[in-house]
Formats: sequence, structure tokens, C-alpha cells
Amino acid sequence: MGQESKKVRINVNLFDIEGEKFVNKEFAITATNLTTVLDALIHIKETHDPELSFRYSCRMGICGSCAMVIDGKPRLACETLVTEMSSNLTVAPIMVQPTLKGLVTDFDDFFEKHKSVMPWLVRNDQKEKYDAKNLYPQTDIQRDTYLPFAECIKCGLCLDACPVENTNKDFVGPQALAQAYHYITDSRDQGKAVRLEKLDTLDGIWGCEFSGSCSKVCPKSVDPALAIQLLKSEVAKYRLSGSKK
Amino acid sequence: MEILNYDIVILGSGLAGMRAALQAAKANGKLKIALVSKLHAMRSHSVSAEGGISGVLYPGENDDSLELHAFDTVKGSDYLADQDAVDVLVNNAPGEIKLFDHLGVPWNRDSKGKVVLRAFGGMSINRTAFAADKTGFFMLNALYDNLISFPNVEIFHEHVATKLIMSRGVFKGLAAIDLATGDMRVFLSNAGIIATGGFARSYGFTTTAYSSTGDGIALAYKEGIQLKDMEFVQFHPTGLIPSGILITEAARGEGGYLLNSKGERFMEKYAKSKMELAPRDIVSRSIMSEIEDGKGITDDRFGDLEHVHLDLRHLGEEKLNERLPMIREISMKMIGLDPSREPLPVRPVAHFTMGGIHTDINGKAANGLWAAGECGCVSVHGSNRLGSNSLSQCVIWGRITGNAAAQLATKSRRVPYDSVKKIVDEEEMRISELLNRKGTENPYDIRRELWSTMDRDVGVYRNLRSLMKAKAKVASLKARLGRVHIGDKSRIYNTNFRDAIEIGNMVRLSEAVIEGAILRKESRGAHAMREFPKRDDKNWMKHTLVRAVGDGIKISYLKVKAGRFKPMERKY
Repeated sequence: MGQESKKVRINVNLFDIEGEKFVNKEFAITATNLTTVLDALIHIKETHDPELSFRYSCRMGICGSCAMVIDGKPRLACETLVTEMSSNLTVAPIMVQPTLKGLVTDFDDFFEKHKSVMPWLVRNDQKEKYDAKNLYPQTDIQRDTYLPFAECIKCGLCLDACPVENTNKDFVGPQALAQAYHYITDSRDQGKAVRLEKLDTLDGIWGCEFSGSCSKVCPKSVDPALAIQLLKSEVAKYRLSGSKK
Repeated sequence: MEILNYDIVILGSGLAGMRAALQAAKANGKLKIALVSKLHAMRSHSVSAEGGISGVLYPGENDDSLELHAFDTVKGSDYLADQDAVDVLVNNAPGEIKLFDHLGVPWNRDSKGKVVLRAFGGMSINRTAFAADKTGFFMLNALYDNLISFPNVEIFHEHVATKLIMSRGVFKGLAAIDLATGDMRVFLSNAGIIATGGFARSYGFTTTAYSSTGDGIALAYKEGIQLKDMEFVQFHPTGLIPSGILITEAARGEGGYLLNSKGERFMEKYAKSKMELAPRDIVSRSIMSEIEDGKGITDDRFGDLEHVHLDLRHLGEEKLNERLPMIREISMKMIGLDPSREPLPVRPVAHFTMGGIHTDINGKAANGLWAAGECGCVSVHGSNRLGSNSLSQCVIWGRITGNAAAQLATKSRRVPYDSVKKIVDEEEMRISELLNRKGTENPYDIRRELWSTMDRDVGVYRNLRSLMKAKAKVASLKARLGRVHIGDKSRIYNTNFRDAIEIGNMVRLSEAVIEGAILRKESRGAHAMREFPKRDDKNWMKHTLVRAVGDGIKISYLKVKAGRFKPMERKY
């Protein structure tokens, strides 16, 4: 493949704070086969447009900063190679959240939803929890049960892809629900009942219409759609066992 | 502008900062704690830590002991570590691994529930706990997830600190710009903890995030607080070409080989018994020697950087997926190469800054002010940190400083705004001048030139000529900072402004790195001088202290706190 470079046009559909509307700016850049969309945006900011605003940090797909819509698909800019996309590349902010400026969106609501599912190990032994003397028991198989759901980097792509989230802002959403499932299935957790009570609502797990798009866009293969269906079955079992709503 | 009063303000939201917040919040539920981060708190660079955290979790097994962990750390440090601080590290590390189990980290375990320990460079026994190759990610997110359950901790995401408010050498608070609005927020407090990480982003070829710009260190430095051992910048042996993304040392811990262009496992020549698992300073020097001997590799698929190969093919797909899934995923996504089929192109890369804010053994930097994690220099790593000792350092000194700050805060009264109003007004004017200035310098030109200077002239091997060249260059960059033009004139989410602040910080810190390096006339750990190839224990068993005096630098030295481990030749 070699390090040949080629000219690429990048159309950035950004939120202009002065005009309070979205505008399209076109930039011409040179990209090699290893140039990521994030590299391209940084280059544009350095040399063409100091106002261009976007979030980024680790550039290795683990901090979750650079969620955006690239050629129509929610993706991480740092993991997307320019040459893998169309030669007339478009970049836009994720649309599920209010846009602050450029490609930067407001995550306040996202973080609140995450917090609402009590994303921590609920324990009855608070003293031992924070003054740890012994490991909690857990085997490799128990760990592997929740591990895939613990990979969430809080990037927001699944919310952007979710048709329910885009029409009903009260829906707890795929990210938070996947985290509820993550903690419920961790063998060290003791908060299953309290979380299931919380989430057995129309804007909780029953809000999901199972389009599955959250799982398709997750850059870490978390599969929130599966988590939500498993949560539904957990609630059913919980109710059948006699816990009245 | 908004003036806020808190009992404790913590700057930085990596493992050290959040661990400090957790500790302080537990210590006294009545304390109001502000956690201030320039990022979304859970996106701090600790997320990128891969290989694991050191700690003697099962003393006695495989003959491991706290004593041996201490010995390995001191020897790894090339005898520049303070041995009393090393004892604090090794004694407290096992407890932290247990705590993070309780916070939800999915430690790799066996079928009986024992935490699996892996091999790491310079550790004589497997003593590194891990969660695949995403240890930092899992630890930081578990910590964040728990921290949000504490009502007395308030998290201020995306606030860029521009000034420490000090009154006669005593911490009184800090000023920060809220990126979302562009407004200044002043956090007044009698107790402050700086936990802003290292500054390896002053290099272009680095493993670190774009955000690792040493802001807290630079803020302290500007207030006249001393920095320590700044010349010691760790080059990790295996940065992926061409981006510098970290390929964890655990790749070698799990059995990976380093090969030169002739296909030889060249580490045999340099560290016959430990081979690829010698400490990082030694492996990085060895790779550079191979490249200089003409045994480097170039591959036009990945640009023109000379490199060596990290061969993981013999580990097999299953082991890679269980133990090293992220580096496999990254290699495939970033350079289209599957390490189960092809060796990875790697070379030494700026990774960790052993130096930082000079603190005592409890992380104290000044009255009312502590520094924890990579930004602080206690010093436990001396001139060369062992892999997986950094995560232990972060959380242990997070805990220690969180406790200390809580103690002080419990008996303190609120800071009256009047007492610091003058400092705040001046800072507001300085920021406004910077934003409105009609400058001529694009800050990114300064950054690019800083990166190429540090990469070329302040690398694994150093010589006086290059260092002097770098010194002159950085001095000229510093002069140009005064003419920086911020092209973005808006208040909301002005990352052009943030970048200019960061670039200014990196230039100041680079100056201290270079000055310390020029003066240290020996080779020790990460500081390898051509002119002085040997360690000189007679003259240089001392820490370099740097203080800003006006625009200049004043250097002094502080004797290393020796202990039971006497300096000897490092053979691996």
C-alpha cells in the first residue's frame, strides 16, 4: 500500500455559535493511508481554522472523547482512517445532544443518565468496601459474564444511533442500561433488586424498541441491545419471584 | 466570573486526583470537595494505562516479598529513588489492588478466584495485577463510577486551570476557565491537590494523550514551587509506528520478542538474563543502539521512522485475545496489521516523566498544597520507573494526599475572597489580554517546533551539543509565546485558547528538562549522556531541584534519601 498521499476533501458540518446554526465548511487536506479523521481535524485546526472545535485526547480509542458522525455514521474520529471513507468525506457532530460549538456536544444529560442506574458495586459492607482487607470472591468465569459490558468508554455513539433516544429524551438509553446490566451481573454486586425496581418503567428498559442500532455503532462491541433484552428477562424473573410492583 | 468556596479543591481527574477525592470524601462526609478537570473527568490519560499495577498481593508465594518489590524498584530507579518513599509504595500497593476490586475492576483471575499476576520489566517476580491490557481504563472508570455516588464531591468537567492562587506561599485556591461558557471560575480553598499528570506531550513522538501537557506542574512552577528531577523522561521501548501509541510492556511480559533487521533477539547482548524484560531505560537504549548500528528496520507502509520488530506471533491468537486484546485491536485498526500474523513496528517513545513537583514523602508541595501521581516527584521512581509502579504510585499518593487535605480542611475556615481579590483581578486581565492580543505567532507552529526539538535533541541518548541547541531553540520559542495569536475570539468552547495555555506550559517545562539534563554530568536511568556514559555515585546521588526565578531558572541539588539497598552495578 505504501505511504503515498492523496488529496481529500473534508466537509465539516459544524455549529456556528455566532449565527446559531449549522454551517458547512470545506477543507482540502493531504492524507496518507494511515491518516485518521482526528489527525485531519487537528491538521485543519492547526493550519486552516483555529475556531474549529472538537473533543479529543488519547487518540487510541479508549478515552471516548471523539464521537462524531463521519460519512453519516456515528464513529470515533481517532479510529477512523480517512482513506477508508469516501473521497468527499463529511464530518458532523452527534445529533442526540445539544451542540455547544463546532463538533462539540453537551454530555451533561448523558452523565446524569449514567449516574441514574447506580453504576457502582452496591454493597452492604460499606466499611470493607472502602477499607479493603480481602478480595471479594470472583472466578474467571464470573468475571467473563459481565466483562463485555464493562468495556463502555462513555463516548455517546450508542445514544446517537438510538431511534428512541432521539425522540424521547426521558428514555434512560442504551449506555446507562448496559451499565445497569454490567453491575447487576457482576457477582460482587448486591444491588440487583434496587436497580430492577428503578428500571422497570416505560422510560427504562421498556422504552427500548430493539432496533439494535446501538450495538451496531458501539466501537467497543459492548452490545447494549443485548444487555437491555437480558434486563427485561431479569425483571420478568424478578416479578415472577413475587416482588410486586 | 464566579467565586466558589470549597473545603478541598483537586485539580486533575486521573487515578491520583479521583483517588484523592474518594479518600477525602470518605474521610469526612461534611467536606465539600471540588474535582476540577480540563477533560470530561473519566477521559483523563490514566485510561490509556495498559499493562497493570504492581503490588505484592500474595506475599510468600513464588518467594515474593515487600522487600523484593522495594529492592527491584530501587535498583530499577538506578538508585535515585528515595528509599523511604519506596517503602510507602510497596507497603500500600496490595491494599489498593484490593480496594479497586471492591470498586469493580475486573482483575484477571483464575478459576479459583485468585488474581493473576503477570511479568513486567525489572520486576524479578510476577507481581503485576491486570485487567487484560486496559488496566488504567478499568481502574479509572470504576473510580469515577464510585465517586459519583458521593454527594459531597462536585465534578467540574472541562475547566482549564490558568492560575494557582497563593498568598505568601500558602495555597488559597485556583482560577480556571469553564470551556463550555468561557467564564472564569475561582475555586477558593485552604486545601489543594494537584493531580494533573505528566508532560510527555512536550514530545511529538509520545505514547501520551494530547492532554498530557503538565499543566499543574507548570502552574506550581510559576508560583515559585520547586520542581525535581525534570531531566528524567522515560522512553518506553515500544511505541507503535508511526503514531507512538503505546504497545504495553505486558506484550513482552507475556513472552513477546524484540528483533532487529537481521531477525536477532538483540536483547541477549544487553541484558542476558532478563532479555526483553530488562527495565525500560536499558531496553530503550538497546533499541537505539541497534538502530544506530544499522540494524533498524524501515517499512514504507508506516513512513520513514526506523524501528525494530516486536514479535508476538508465537503467543497465538487465543492468548492475544485474552491478555492483549486492545493492542491487537489498535494495531489492526490503526496500521492494518494483525500481531498474530506479523511483527509490530515499534521504537522508543516518550512515555512518562519521572520529574515533577518537588514534594515530601506525603506528597506535600507547599502549605495547603499537595501533588499526587505523575505530576508529583516524591520520588519513588528515581531516574527510571519500573513498569506498573505508576498506577500504584497514583492511587497510593492519591489516598495519602486526600487524607492530608481532609485533615487540614476539617480544621480550616473559608478563604475570604477579599484576601485574594487582587490576584484574581490580575489573572482575569492576563487572560483577557491573551485572548484579545493581536499577535503574530500561530501557537501550533510553536508546538510543532517544540516537538521536533525535543524528539531530535532531548531523546534516549543525549549529548551536550544537542542539548545546547535545544536550549537555544526553546528559549526562542519562549520568547515567541509572548506574541501568540489566538485566532478563535469566541468565548464558548475555545480550544484554541486552551491549546495556547498548554503549549506555554510545555515550553516552560521543557526548559527545565533541558537545563537539568545539561548539568547532570553522568548517565543514570533515563538520562543517558554520550559524554558521560557511566553512573557517577560519588558526585550525583542527588536530585535536581529547579526553581523559576523571574523568567530564569535556578538549579540546586538535594541528596537522595539512601537506605538499606546500597548502589551497585545494574546487571539484568
